Amino acid sequence: MGRYLIRRLLLAFPVLIVVSILVFGGTRVVPGDICTIVLGVDTSGGGGASQENCNQVRRDLGLDKPIVSQYFTWAGKAIQGDLGRSMVQRRPVVAVMESRIPTTIQLAFMATVLSIIIALPLGVLSALKQDKLPDITARFVTIGWLSMPQFWVGTMLITFPAVWWGYATPVPYEDFWKDPLTNLEQMYLPVLSLGLAFSATIARLTRSSMLEVLRQDYVRTARAKGLHERVVLSKHALKNAMLPVITLIGIQIGVLMSGTVVIEFLFALPGMGTLLVESIITKDFAQVQGIVLFFAIIVILINIIVDVSYALFDPRVRFS
Amino acid sequence: MATSTAEIGILNEPILRETNWRSTASRAFKRNPVGAFAGLTILFLVVVATFGPGVTVPVVGVEVPSISPHDPTRLDYGRLQAPSLTHPFGTDNLARDMLARIIYGARNSLGVAFMALAVSLCLGVLLGVGSGYLGGWVDMFTSRIVDIMLAYPALVFVIFFVTIFGREFWTVAVGIGVVLLPGSIRIIRSATIGVRHQQFIEAALSVGNSPFRIMYRHVLPNVVAPIIIIASVQIGVAILIEATLSFLGQGVSSATSPSWGRMLQETRPSWQLAWWTMIIPGAAISVAVVAFNVFGDALRDWLDPRLRGSR
Repeated sequence: MGRYLIRRLLLAFPVLIVVSILVFGGTRVVPGDICTIVLGVDTSGGGGASQENCNQVRRDLGLDKPIVSQYFTWAGKAIQGDLGRSMVQRRPVVAVMESRIPTTIQLAFMATVLSIIIALPLGVLSALKQDKLPDITARFVTIGWLSMPQFWVGTMLITFPAVWWGYATPVPYEDFWKDPLTNLEQMYLPVLSLGLAFSATIARLTRSSMLEVLRQDYVRTARAKGLHERVVLSKHALKNAMLPVITLIGIQIGVLMSGTVVIEFLFALPGMGTLLVESIITKDFAQVQGIVLFFAIIVILINIIVDVSYALFDPRVRFS
Repeated sequence: MATSTAEIGILNEPILRETNWRSTASRAFKRNPVGAFAGLTILFLVVVATFGPGVTVPVVGVEVPSISPHDPTRLDYGRLQAPSLTHPFGTDNLARDMLARIIYGARNSLGVAFMALAVSLCLGVLLGVGSGYLGGWVDMFTSRIVDIMLAYPALVFVIFFVTIFGREFWTVAVGIGVVLLPGSIRIIRSATIGVRHQQFIEAALSVGNSPFRIMYRHVLPNVVAPIIIIASVQIGVAILIEATLSFLGQGVSSATSPSWGRMLQETRPSWQLAWWTMIIPGAAISVAVVAFNVFGDALRDWLDPRLRGSR
């Protein structure tokens, strides 16, 4: 188990390195002049003084060096936790991100938990009552959830309460640890709009996975030897049906991370997603690099956790 | 040699018999009315997206006039008019006719999604069949590429991609296509591995077919079902990504042809004043995605009876 974990972590490194090259290279080929962004002036007119300032800026940022050496400088610092300075906020990228990460993690975590709470019972119920009314309803509802854009659901969750009851969530964002109640009131609508679509995917897979397992011989054996139906379901069926579901949850967390971008933007939550959109609009590329790298690392880590958690559910997995 | 090739040909004969399309359609309606209805909805949307804004048919040179009752860029219909007979979907906060914008927007919303799907499937078939059949270092290399692509959150990647290459129809489509690609490689690869060790492949190999001919003639026809299934799933995802991208203001930037996602972005200030500016574009997106998802489910039942009623 320990060896397997180490191997997975080592295998993650090449992936991470290629991702970092893509992230770094990507921001370098973006059209647009760096000194326009930093100095806030248009240099295309080509005044003498501004040209000089421009060169100064390039030298300060190390942009006069070859791109490969720039990459190694950046990557070397990145390993030590220094992702450069945000050109717009004029603070270190990591410092800007630190203030934003908790919101995103909280949003993603709560949405995942909510969707699992909704999806598992729904999927199991749907499988047990296959082709009966509860199943048809559940399939209908989940397809609907899957098909509505998350930001549109969020939009309606904001607008209709506002129109009908004049209800709006409290405005200045509060940190969970400072004021949990206000924070939760600000969070539940975004969590709902993010979690519903997620739960639809999980519920659909739970259903099909359950159906498959329920047809297996060992379930029939368990029933034949007179076990209580509840035991058959929870001990024999559900545990085996969970394997593909766990994989899916892992894969979907990447999708969920994307979802946080638009939901944060819509609900004006100060998280990483809003920061990403802001940074792209202001062309703050050191910041963009940092955020994309952060998202990639999270997804890679979660994939490893998913693979390892297989063992907890399936002793047959031998970690070879 | 010739006879054995012919015999192998018999083994590979498509399972679906050629039938009269009318009887096929009526049978489909009887067996799965919901799926067939979804199929009709898709047909309608595709026709609207293709002919709605008006086209000149190539070769023949016939001009099909626009079916839209109004000009989507005219700004003088009165702000935020509720839906009425002249403006069935109302007007938006810039006094433009919403129905006309929905019709013109279909081309961006669905067109980008279809092109993205084409990118994803073409590359997915090449890399998926190639890596699944050839194995070895090709497989190793492709699998690592898939790992890397999966490490990028989809939306973050597309935003990054269009920031670099510009917000044109083609760049947005390719960006979304690349996001869908790892999914199709994975599915097509595992389907290929499933048929790789079957006897007819062995037979084809033993009569001296080249690996490329086997992949094209023998493997590909046998992985068509999973390809169609993944296509129906991905087209919905592509529409949603395009809508989200446009909502964030990062979609196709064109003044003359809107997209459903961008309509939502533009009408955002007036949602509380006028419900239709919020409901109608979102409903258009949802109807399209529901239609593709339901149709995809029906297709799956039809093409792969083992999975009937699942997923």
